[in-house]
Amino acid sequence: MNAPVDLRISRRLVLATGGALVVGFALFPRALAQEAPAGAAKPPGSLAKFPMLDSWIAIDAHGTITVFTGKAELGQGIKTALIQCAAEELDVDPAAITLITADTERTPNEKYTAGSHSMQDSGTAILNAAAQVRAILVDLAAKRLNVPAGQLHAKGGSIVADDGRSVAYKNLVSGQTLHRTAQAKSPLKDPKDFSVIGRKFSRVDIPGKLTGKPSYVHDLRPDRMLHARVVRPPSYGARLTEVDIAAVERLPGVIKVVRDGSFLAVATQKEFQAIGAMNALADAAKWNETAQLPKQADIYSYLRKLPSQDTTILDRGNPDEAGVRAIRATYHRPYQIHGSIGPSCAVAQYEANKLTVWTHSQGVYPLRDSLAKMLKMPPEQIHCIHVEGSGCYGHNAADDVAADAALIARAVPGRPVRVQWMREQEHGWEPFGPAMLSDASGAVDANGKIVAWQYDVWSNTHSMRPGGPGNLLAGQYLAQPFAPDAPKPIPMPEGGGDRNAIPIYSVPNIRVVSHFIPQMPLRVSALRGLGAYHNVFAVESFMDELAAAAKTDPVQFRLKHIDDPRARDVINKAAKEFGWGLNEKLARGHGHGFAFARYKNLAAYCAIALELTVEHETGEIRLGRVVAAVDSGQAVNPDGIRNQIEGAVVQSASWTMLEQVRFNARDITSRDWSSYPILRFPALPVSVEVHVIDRPGEPFLGTGEAGQGPMAAAVANGVAHATGVRIRELPLSPAKVKAAIGI
Amino acid sequence: MTVLTVNGKEHSIDGDPNTPLLYVLRDDLKLNGAKFGCGLGQCGACTVLVDHQPVYSCLLPVSVLEGRQITTLEGLGKNGEPSALQRAFIDEQAAQCGYCIPGMIMRAQGLLNRKAAPSDAEVRAYMQPNLCRCGTHMRILRAIRRAINDTRTARAEPVR
Repeated sequence: MNAPVDLRISRRLVLATGGALVVGFALFPRALAQEAPAGAAKPPGSLAKFPMLDSWIAIDAHGTITVFTGKAELGQGIKTALIQCAAEELDVDPAAITLITADTERTPNEKYTAGSHSMQDSGTAILNAAAQVRAILVDLAAKRLNVPAGQLHAKGGSIVADDGRSVAYKNLVSGQTLHRTAQAKSPLKDPKDFSVIGRKFSRVDIPGKLTGKPSYVHDLRPDRMLHARVVRPPSYGARLTEVDIAAVERLPGVIKVVRDGSFLAVATQKEFQAIGAMNALADAAKWNETAQLPKQADIYSYLRKLPSQDTTILDRGNPDEAGVRAIRATYHRPYQIHGSIGPSCAVAQYEANKLTVWTHSQGVYPLRDSLAKMLKMPPEQIHCIHVEGSGCYGHNAADDVAADAALIARAVPGRPVRVQWMREQEHGWEPFGPAMLSDASGAVDANGKIVAWQYDVWSNTHSMRPGGPGNLLAGQYLAQPFAPDAPKPIPMPEGGGDRNAIPIYSVPNIRVVSHFIPQMPLRVSALRGLGAYHNVFAVESFMDELAAAAKTDPVQFRLKHIDDPRARDVINKAAKEFGWGLNEKLARGHGHGFAFARYKNLAAYCAIALELTVEHETGEIRLGRVVAAVDSGQAVNPDGIRNQIEGAVVQSASWTMLEQVRFNARDITSRDWSSYPILRFPALPVSVEVHVIDRPGEPFLGTGEAGQGPMAAAVANGVAHATGVRIRELPLSPAKVKAAIGI
Repeated sequence: MTVLTVNGKEHSIDGDPNTPLLYVLRDDLKLNGAKFGCGLGQCGACTVLVDHQPVYSCLLPVSVLEGRQITTLEGLGKNGEPSALQRAFIDEQAAQCGYCIPGMIMRAQGLLNRKAAPSDAEVRAYMQPNLCRCGTHMRILRAIRRAINDTRTARAEPVR
């Protein structure tokens, strides 16, 4: 554990590492590519797809324990939690474990690190694989020591007999010991015996990051590395008609100007030279611009009129049932950016027909396949290695910059090339979280119960990940360009634009329709939570509106419509810790807001209660106390869960109160932090407290996207409570709040 | 040729004197603490101390820095040990991706260099220029408060 990523990737070392790996495979053929046969009973999590135990865990003759995951550290703390899972079931000190994350030559292909799936997929696989490895070691020790397995237990990297004799793991394993297919069932420990899972355990990556150790792909400096920058077009789809590169090639430090169609880049000795050369190239470039963007002020009506593929995802009873009071409402959410603080970065090296790419992509295998198509290379000749980037909140420019680096590296064989995007490029060219809108109508009966609900949501796709090479930005601008893949909806039960569109509450008459809009006026893809951010904002706002129609307290109203005891526990916990309902007489401009969701209606439960004030003069929202409760199933690292939910509260407060991509008829105009402001320290809540409800022995449910939707709705409900005015269009900016309250 | 004093050591730097400090720190001196975030002085990821006060290293050309004391994240701790402020950030687990945190630590150190025990409101106001996208702010505030309290406790200990 704690072994910092070995970032000393000199050319010699790259080759040496490759060589060592080949030797390693020959001696110890780990089951990297062996996928499970169909049909038989399967072990859980990603172990079902990659059932060979040595795909996940290796123990060498020195006793070094290596654990492999196809998932990547995105800043969510997954490395630490996965090490805890392995250490727990292997009965070793977590410090004894080295974790290898997403790498196309070393780890299972777990596709993308996305959708709050890492604990569910990889955590479950590693937990079960570790338990099965421990059982194998016990069996081997039983034979070695000639005692029944029942008289043995694992402790500190050895199998210990009741009579005191012991044998170390390293003395039990040899080449093929762990090259076995996993059983469907694992001898998992009783959670009450856990000593690592559920305990306080510090993040393994934090000390290095806070003391300046190389921790990010941005920090890679292999020998002879060049820096590069890309000149992006002035607007979507613009074609480069003319550029005089000769003058730029004479600038100090310039090694190579790379042009392929409308893809234009420059590689230099030093980083600041690359920026100067990029600016000079941009000045010299002439473009044919064709983009025509819709009017920002009309974006929602524009989207609503576009052709859509409509799917009824729930249809029960008669949603037109009138009840005693019926209401309807329409909700809007604008385009929003990921906005990682560090613009996207990659390092690539092309040598002897082999391409190596160090990337913070969420999916190293899909990226590899996409690069292979773009470069017309066999995938086996491309090696993609995940190295951490600045925080990842979905499909940002990580894959795009990896493609940029690959194209430039191919033009300067033998030299590693580091490319980082500029802030203006990241803001303007990353795929945004799509704008969305939804119509809700519903009715309550004389008993204050919901009798009818109709909900229609309109959205673009929430995944344009590579995919085909046209999903890589550079791929669209080559002399022989690739078109982006045809957009596809993500099917239920997880959903994309319709994620969390079905209310989790019991409603007898209900229809929910997902209107999928293929045409994308702005570049979009996955932003944290996908459609759940909008749909939870809408559904939980509408729940408050229905509660008001039923003249019922919003928390009581929710409890009246949900039976799932875990949902009720989370709602009750947040309400109790907040002191919901204890102080009904609030001063003018003060409000309380509450919201709840189960992410995707099948993952983590999260409820948020908060207090806020709305400044009458300015329309500014000031957040007070925020109290969250969360149930992520078995809590492996409770502080990691708290960290994620605190982050969700603050990030979503920023999205919800401030954020909106701006554009004119031709181009994106939100190009920096002044034209796209995000939350700064003075606007933080007074306090954020998170209560984790642990569920020992229950499946992992993931945490990373549980809180964003509930926070948005809690703020909107708090504002409605404070002002008496309901705002249904995000962001709840001061100007909008001020206009709504009529001053 | 520009002579810079970084973390107490002098370095002779070749190259364009208009180069902003950030690129010299990362490219020439191979220091990782200061990060590129925007190049516009809007996010604070590149924050370092010059004469004990925080500056945006992405904007400041090295030509104006001769003879001034430049301190980066790497210069805070001694003998490989984290400083009190770094220790407080680690103890509070005040990072998610961590990319902005070096800049946060440097800005907070700049505040503590001016005032040993700022109020919570003063800390929030002073940290305004630095952005975090993961939403780690509440932990960052707790870490700064912890460092203030730890330093007070250390000062209050009797001299032996």
